Amino acid sequence: MFTLFRRVFFAVLLLSASHNLLANNADTQPSLAELSQQLISANYKEKAALAEQIALAEDDQAIVILQALLDSRLYYVKSNGQLLLVDSSGEPDSAQDAFTLQAVTGLGKRDIKKIGVNNSLRVALRSLISRAQISSKHKSQRMAAAQNLLKSSDDIDRAFIDQALARETDNSVAEVLHLVRALMQLKADQTEERIEGLSALDGALYPEVRAGLSEFIRSFSDEEKLSRKNEYQLAQTTLTDIEKLVSINGYIENLYFGLALGAVLLLAAIGLAITFGVMGVINMAHGEMIMLGAYTTYVVQLLMPEHIGLSLVVAVPAAFLVSGLVGVLIERSVIRHLYGRPLETLLATFGISLILQQAVRSIFSPLNREVATPDWMAGTFMINPALELTWNRLYIIIFSLMVLAVLALVLKRTLFGLQMRAVTMNRPMASSMGIKTGWVDALTFGLGSGIAGIAGVALSQLTNVGPNLGQAYIIDSFMVVVFGGVGNLWGTLVGAMTLGVANKIFEPLAGAVLAKIMVLVFIILFIQKRPRGLFALKGRAVDNG
Amino acid sequence: MKKLGLNTLSKATKVLAMTTLAAGISLANAADTIKVGVLHSLSGTMAISETTLKDTVLMMVEEQNKKGGLLGKQLEAVVVDPASNWPLFAEKTRELLEKDKVDVIFGCWTSVSRKSVLPVVEELNGLLFYPVQYEGEESSKNVFYTGAAPNQQAIPAVDYLMNDVGVKRWVLAGTDYVYPRTTNKILESYLKSKGVAAKDIMINYTPFGHSDWQTIVSDIKKFGSAGVKTAVVSTINGDANVPFYKELANQGVSAEDIPVVAFSVGEEELSGFDTKPLVGHLAAWNYFMSADGKENDAFIKQWHSFTKDDKRVTNDPMEATYIGFNMWTKAVEKAGTADVSKVQDAMIGISVPNLTGGMAVMNKNHHLSKPVLIGEIQEDGQFDIVWQTEGVVPGDAWTDYLPESKNLISDWTAPINCGNYNTATKTCGGAVAAE
Repeated sequence: MFTLFRRVFFAVLLLSASHNLLANNADTQPSLAELSQQLISANYKEKAALAEQIALAEDDQAIVILQALLDSRLYYVKSNGQLLLVDSSGEPDSAQDAFTLQAVTGLGKRDIKKIGVNNSLRVALRSLISRAQISSKHKSQRMAAAQNLLKSSDDIDRAFIDQALARETDNSVAEVLHLVRALMQLKADQTEERIEGLSALDGALYPEVRAGLSEFIRSFSDEEKLSRKNEYQLAQTTLTDIEKLVSINGYIENLYFGLALGAVLLLAAIGLAITFGVMGVINMAHGEMIMLGAYTTYVVQLLMPEHIGLSLVVAVPAAFLVSGLVGVLIERSVIRHLYGRPLETLLATFGISLILQQAVRSIFSPLNREVATPDWMAGTFMINPALELTWNRLYIIIFSLMVLAVLALVLKRTLFGLQMRAVTMNRPMASSMGIKTGWVDALTFGLGSGIAGIAGVALSQLTNVGPNLGQAYIIDSFMVVVFGGVGNLWGTLVGAMTLGVANKIFEPLAGAVLAKIMVLVFIILFIQKRPRGLFALKGRAVDNG
Repeated sequence: MKKLGLNTLSKATKVLAMTTLAAGISLANAADTIKVGVLHSLSGTMAISETTLKDTVLMMVEEQNKKGGLLGKQLEAVVVDPASNWPLFAEKTRELLEKDKVDVIFGCWTSVSRKSVLPVVEELNGLLFYPVQYEGEESSKNVFYTGAAPNQQAIPAVDYLMNDVGVKRWVLAGTDYVYPRTTNKILESYLKSKGVAAKDIMINYTPFGHSDWQTIVSDIKKFGSAGVKTAVVSTINGDANVPFYKELANQGVSAEDIPVVAFSVGEEELSGFDTKPLVGHLAAWNYFMSADGKENDAFIKQWHSFTKDDKRVTNDPMEATYIGFNMWTKAVEKAGTADVSKVQDAMIGISVPNLTGGMAVMNKNHHLSKPVLIGEIQEDGQFDIVWQTEGVVPGDAWTDYLPESKNLISDWTAPINCGNYNTATKTCGGAVAAE
């Protein structure tokens, strides 16, 4: 009864809404409401045509509807075809009428259906919306619109761009618009226009400019290459100049990639630099400590789903505690009985790693868990259009250096650090000075494991959070520590960064698989030459180790 | 200490004796049941994908038993764990066939595990249903392939990109092992036969579990800025997909600029991460959870109630398992026995409903005729079906696009009765499988 009433009510509402709009421009063309209504039953090609018509409607709501369609937020009620705007969660609670913007309540998930879009429709919609937003009040919207117009410079009017340019007050947006104009000039009939366009494109780093230029160069037939020689040569020099600049930026980008990979290796290895480097324990379960840290991040996010950004901050100490405690437990129960027996330690810790993996599989299921990335970690930091640095890697580089600095402080400036160094340098002497060497061992192992847990928080932002997470990093971690020099934090830093950059230098030359092999061979040769790694410890500790 | 040792020993003997007794009892029971072997990894790297298929088989067995079993007997599932360890797959198969005497095996995921099982099922005349899309170039009398052959996934996907999206430049990216290498070899020669120049094809391989995609994604970006539409055909497998897609999103490669079509990414893989930045990237399969249809709705409902979790997704290899299981039960009923040789003959021509509507048919080459679908990733981790083949596509065991298998066909009915029959020389065993 109630539903029936509601349906009738909506039908009336819809009729009156479309009636109002119809009355406004009944004599010119189908109204916004009518056009939008047709979206429901149209196929993708028809939708693109409808979107064009909708964009022409003299109504601010048109762009809102197109934007909602682009973002997959445009829904309709299955029973009566009422168009709805829904927020990005897709929950029917947030539904509004697409024209009146009044909240619509009482709808279930199954009562509404999304109006689908595919890639080519998205491209068309973006271009339509850009045309409207080029006159937006907000600079960021105008910039995004201008960059989008670069992609679709083929189907815009010259006059439209000239108008936008005349209106534009911001230099950076105007610069992009000038490029759009220049790309259009390449297709002009007059030679002067094309030459002007070419010179305006000089040094522009946008990929669309390169695409446009290559297309322009390809359009020359063999005769034209002779008859329009100047133009052809100008186009080619412009393109080579741009490509030179792009390749310089490419080298910088590659270096950044190397440092970013180095930072990941550093994070993964830094805990091992303590357990293996300082204590000499061959800890095969190190990777699982990283994995526990990543799972802690997942659990923390489950507990505070509303605050994704904050959850990462909370996860850092939480992961340190969880992995650290597990580390202390392992040391007290297993490893302390095996000091001085590296082979048994290796086997025992390998066993522990398998137990931990299967435990996680049983508790959390073998499927990967979803760890959300906060918005401030997504996307890129644009230096120029050919050099964009990804935010998440930048944060991880900074984070890894911070962890290293804090650890160095703990080792050099605290009592615990002093005791730890004393125990590793000369155990009997430290013991006779009243240091409880057993507890120092346990805490040192806990510290190393805890730092591995922190690495897990960072890695959860880059890769899978699954039971096998740790295995992917264990070999790399050992490589870094051995290469950098056992027992030396600076060695770990230099080792990680060198391996990261070396990997990225080899990769474009030889492919990812060969690059890894080459780095491995390089390390083997290096260890032959310098068995103690880059920065070898000197003095007593070496002989005891 | 010594006493303890003796004690343990005697305990062990007791346990051993009891197990033998138990085994004896279960042997006695065996006469009344039809045994279904389940050979999927429940631990190790592949557990992530294969555990689901184990559950699917158990669900189907349970349902069949509710309907009164098969030929008046109850079905009994025998689950073993080959632990993602390829040689162990062969050992476990031998155990299933010799010790447990199962009548049929549902199992394997990776091609290398299938290759390891193959000689054992052939030697002991077992029956294996393989439910995963694979590289083709193989046909065995003892194996029924219910996943897609390359012409049921890779080739239609490339056709869609070429004809409907207008792609002219191709990146073939894959994990470094047999399935991607063979598939890419087939695709490369297919693309070249369609007039794509070698400079417009970029091929890239990465190790299993690769996690640092920065350089490769940046290379793809550069390769794609040459002014012609570029697409990535991805045969990247397993865990490496998540960091790959994350890097794509981070470097701002959107599906509108450079779409990625994947052959190993389904609903289950997507359930592990946030899909918002991936909207519009593509996958080609024979089944999507979002497909409309009565059968599909019923299957999803059954899966949710079996797993007691209504967030669990369904995927293509599950559909392949579903089809395989239903075909087997139908064939057993038709043959009137679960005897392997009789069921093998009865299988040919059996047809059962697809979950996407229409019927799947088992062909003479032990491959299915199925529809091919292309879907775009949505915000909720589901696929929106944007394209599908007009009718069904018969699976081709030996691809027509590689010179070494061009003339080969597989036909397991008289008079040919051969897995690699050369139509040019009219002999069986014309060529060795490309590995």
